[in-house]
Amino acid sequence: MSATEVEPRPEEEFELVVGLEIRVPLRTRSKLFCGCATRAADPPNVNACPICLALPGALPVLNLHAVELAVRTALGLDCVVHPVSVYERIRCDAPDEPKGYSLVQRSRPLASGGRLQIGRREPGTPLEVRIAAVRLGEEGATVRHLRRDHTALLDFNRAGHPSVQLVTEPDMRSGAEAVAFLHVLRQLLAYLNVSETAMDRGGIRVNAHVSARGFGETALRPKSRVLELRSAGAVARAISWTFSRHTSLHASGARVEHETLRWDDVRGVGTVVPARDEVRAFGPDPDLPPLVLDSDWLDRMHRDLPERPAERRHRFLTEYRLAEREVEVLTASPGRADYFEGVARRHGDAPTAARWVTGEVLTALRRERTPLGRFRVRPADLATLLNLLRDGVLSDESAREVFRIMARTGQRPEQILERPSASPPDAPRDG
Amino acid sequence: MTEPEEARRIVEFRDGVLVGERAPQEAVAAALTRMSHVAAEPDDLNLFISVDADAAGGCARDLEVRLGDSEPGTLLGTPIVIGDNLATSTLRTTCGSQMLADYVSPYQATAVQRVRAAGAIVVAKANLDEFGMGVSTTRSAYGATRNPAAPGRVSGGANGGAAAAVAAGCVRVALASDTGGGVRHPAALCGVVGLKPTYGRISRFGLVALAPSLDHVGIVGATVEDVALTLGAVAGHDPLDPTSADVVVEMYVDALGHSLRGTVVGVLRHRDDEAVQPAVRHLCDAAAERFRRLGAEVREVRPPHLHLAQPAYQVIAACEAVSSLARFDGSRFGARVEATSWRTMAERSRSAGFGQEVVRRLLLGTHLLGVARREGLLRRAQQLRALMADDFRTAFASGVHVLFSPTAPGVACISGEAENPEVHAVQERYTAAANLIGVPALSIPVGRADGLPVGGQLIAPHFAERTLFAVASAHERLLFEELGG
Repeated sequence: MSATEVEPRPEEEFELVVGLEIRVPLRTRSKLFCGCATRAADPPNVNACPICLALPGALPVLNLHAVELAVRTALGLDCVVHPVSVYERIRCDAPDEPKGYSLVQRSRPLASGGRLQIGRREPGTPLEVRIAAVRLGEEGATVRHLRRDHTALLDFNRAGHPSVQLVTEPDMRSGAEAVAFLHVLRQLLAYLNVSETAMDRGGIRVNAHVSARGFGETALRPKSRVLELRSAGAVARAISWTFSRHTSLHASGARVEHETLRWDDVRGVGTVVPARDEVRAFGPDPDLPPLVLDSDWLDRMHRDLPERPAERRHRFLTEYRLAEREVEVLTASPGRADYFEGVARRHGDAPTAARWVTGEVLTALRRERTPLGRFRVRPADLATLLNLLRDGVLSDESAREVFRIMARTGQRPEQILERPSASPPDAPRDG
Repeated sequence: MTEPEEARRIVEFRDGVLVGERAPQEAVAAALTRMSHVAAEPDDLNLFISVDADAAGGCARDLEVRLGDSEPGTLLGTPIVIGDNLATSTLRTTCGSQMLADYVSPYQATAVQRVRAAGAIVVAKANLDEFGMGVSTTRSAYGATRNPAAPGRVSGGANGGAAAAVAAGCVRVALASDTGGGVRHPAALCGVVGLKPTYGRISRFGLVALAPSLDHVGIVGATVEDVALTLGAVAGHDPLDPTSADVVVEMYVDALGHSLRGTVVGVLRHRDDEAVQPAVRHLCDAAAERFRRLGAEVREVRPPHLHLAQPAYQVIAACEAVSSLARFDGSRFGARVEATSWRTMAERSRSAGFGQEVVRRLLLGTHLLGVARREGLLRRAQQLRALMADDFRTAFASGVHVLFSPTAPGVACISGEAENPEVHAVQERYTAAANLIGVPALSIPVGRADGLPVGGQLIAPHFAERTLFAVASAHERLLFEELGG
């Protein structure tokens, strides 16, 4: 939080401009260019083969399931998916890239021209962030440095894990907007079911492109590219620190150059990575033919696209006639929305189902400290309980009591009611 | 030129094995004896980087034991040599470089796996110019390969070891790489048959890349039949190589022995034909005359951009080599030169591991991709590549079935001359076009000048390898008769 201590006045005279580059590891069983398993946590170098080790003579073969997940992501962001995309070799001389170059869909990406609404800037104006490009690429190896004897150990289990790279236009004007974007994006990714979505656990990484300019200016000033931010908090802190750096430089009349920064989130400082003047673009990869997507297949992908958060919210508002606040809570994650629908469909009275899910269920989850996926009360059982309540078999009070037992023990309502200790003796035998 | 001696033909030997008159071990023993003989001579030809007599003997014994267990392969009991830039899992794969001096691949190349599945026995890994960069096999970290026809002369390159091994009679066939002429050039200079098939016809999986859009796995053989048989065994789609073609593999040997009546041969005229040595021109003219005698119609064809093939090839090959060789950084292969930072370690290891020619080409490629990018040489080379493809398409569309030219502009030069840049620069003048376009090309012996072999090159449309074999085998028979065979 040391970043917030520096608060020079010039910040008020400048507008913050932020664009994000986000890497999202995809949830596939095998790697992007070979058949190795994507289990990074296995013992080191268990999931490695001649291809992901880039042994001489090995050739990449594209994983079509990864292509499918990347296309789903792009369609979810309302992008235009290009029928032809091309992998280029981009120089990367670091020990975690065994080929010496990475394969990037640079000039001809998988998709472009998308957008994601992240809120409203002022009443009525939707705040949209445009998506410049969606690319399908791969992760590098894990490097562990042993300080004592200048040794680095390489683990290739993660090398070649597929990930999508999303590049936004510089459409965000505050750190809070960047954080909101990441939040909405994570929610979307969860609905699309393409990745592990917890930012810290799922390995989502962000490069933030930050610059400052005078209010009313339309051109962009030189920017800092802050590398490898691994949490929403780090994104906010790095943006704020970098903005201060730019505004004080601008205010002092110093020249700002394009630069790359490495962010130290513990110390709350960025350090400039020295630029190297060298050839980066090696040209199209001769080993991978251009990726050509069949239009029928793309149509099918479009048709089969899972319902997105905004669509689901809209449906809940219109179909179930719920309050906006409730819909917001119910659609926070696809699992929660599915759970609610499971209850509502069986029980029939959506507002009651919504009240119970946002109330009793969320309270029980907090109390039991379980994620919804492992919650003991299944939607069908909750629906049965609500039916008993509606039919006057149970009072509101006793229904809550039965629910608490269900959450603790996983028993169905009828099992609980059968027991002599439980209240009304005239409970129905079936659910 | 090796005589197509009936008893040694692969098919004959295979039949002998099947009826129990011949044994694979016998063929391996003969190859090993011949190999030690050429290595022992006062002028050791230096054909091989690794020889594994024990493993070869073991394979031969296995074949004998398993004989009858399954359908016998087309190369049953045939000893074979593999260029040292194709991955083999028993012998090391050095690519002629110090960088990979002790590298043993954990997997084998698809082409190697397929010849072995067809019953061939790998006896040795052949010498080559480092990473396939060269036209003389004098740029290997393991010494120069001499020409069996004249040990004071070069064997051509890059795969001089493979071609010379066949020419010296050690084996009937070898697999090697052809990026700008790497199989055809040494085949011509050593007096054997060399095929660069259509791009995608043979899987590149396991071929250590030099320039992947130009790299091909090729075949050297003592006769056209040897090459056709071997192609039948290795050709075909490979799910491990996305650039391999899913095109039906034809019966190549069936193309042999047909008349050339109705075939139109286009003799390629190159703007720099004047620079071809008179003896080579004379022998190629004689070969064209033979095609005519065999019933073919012979015409002249002048593709307008042919003279730019070699410069375009050099630019593209140098640029692709930069990234292909980027992985050799000392972390995982080669002698590492330790340093305190990874980057310094990589730089020093590369300087120590790569030879002069590799460094020269990497510098050229880096220059073309970097500082000189704005001059657009790479872009123009790619445009030329497209124009040349049009030229050849036009030629084939005009009714020409096969094109013919010299393979190399001269005979093998004496070893000292190999470093002469002027000699070096023109060697791939006739062969590079087929790599740029991807069409199949075959170098065949057309005779000798003062005892030195001369090769002629046949080029056919994509996947028309059968046409190459038909023309080449008819010519081979006629030439053999002329020589009093």
